[in-house]
Amino acid sequence: MRFAPGTSVRARAQDPDHHTRVPLYVRGHVGEVVEAEGEWPLPDDRARGITPPRVETVYAVRFPADDLWGAGSHMVTVDLWESYLEEAPSHEP
Amino acid sequence: MSHEELPVAARVRRLEERVVDAGLTTDDELDAMLDELLDGASPVNGARMAARAWTDPAYRELMLADGNAAADQLGFPAQGYRLRVVENTPELHNVIVCTLCSCYPVSLLGPSPGWYKSFAYRSRVVREPRAVLAEFGLAVPDDVAIAVWDASAETRYLVLPRRPEGEYSEEELAALVTRQGLVGTAAI
Repeated sequence: MRFAPGTSVRARAQDPDHHTRVPLYVRGHVGEVVEAEGEWPLPDDRARGITPPRVETVYAVRFPADDLWGAGSHMVTVDLWESYLEEAPSHEP
Repeated sequence: MSHEELPVAARVRRLEERVVDAGLTTDDELDAMLDELLDGASPVNGARMAARAWTDPAYRELMLADGNAAADQLGFPAQGYRLRVVENTPELHNVIVCTLCSCYPVSLLGPSPGWYKSFAYRSRVVREPRAVLAEFGLAVPDDVAIAVWDASAETRYLVLPRRPEGEYSEEELAALVTRQGLVGTAAI
């Protein structure tokens, strides 16, 4: 487990040419790790028939709506595999 | 129009035929998977979990800490995913969605309703949940925060609604809980 709860992380912005499960609306955005959700096979590998697929920790990551949409006071929590994330300096928006 | 007559049913059948022709599975295997998925799947299960949590503090604690163990304790299947129960409080209202497809805990909520799978719900509830919930007839007061949970990986979410006011037995409470309440688009 690479990211402890409370860590600021950025969802990777790339648009790979294969299946992935990074929703478009969080790509490039910074959120906060809520909790780790155990280890699960990476869908990007499974969809490409790569055996065995990489197995990674999945994290619940919370994003402020105002950052995602430019409006809204709610929070949106998205579940993301570890390789979808990179650590982000916490002072970044 | 019955479910079998919908255009999507023909598309699904064509896809099934391709997968079977490719030797990846068989019709029998597909039927067995569906039977296993839907056998006993009902919102009555999720309702019973909520009612137990409202009447048994130890069960509530277990449910919030380990959803799978809580489902298991009442004999409900919740396998192949991590079950995370999110609790509504006077300060926080939770609502669940799967923006990538339509994931939710089928064994505890029954097959997902059409609106849950609709593009409108999936695209709008992450952006403007207060407006979407108002359209469902649920006015969330301004001083109550909203948390949207997008089930984009292998966790399935279930909302523990706020307990209705009044004296009710566990059984009476279970009868009051709706699927929408467990998704977060209605109060109980």
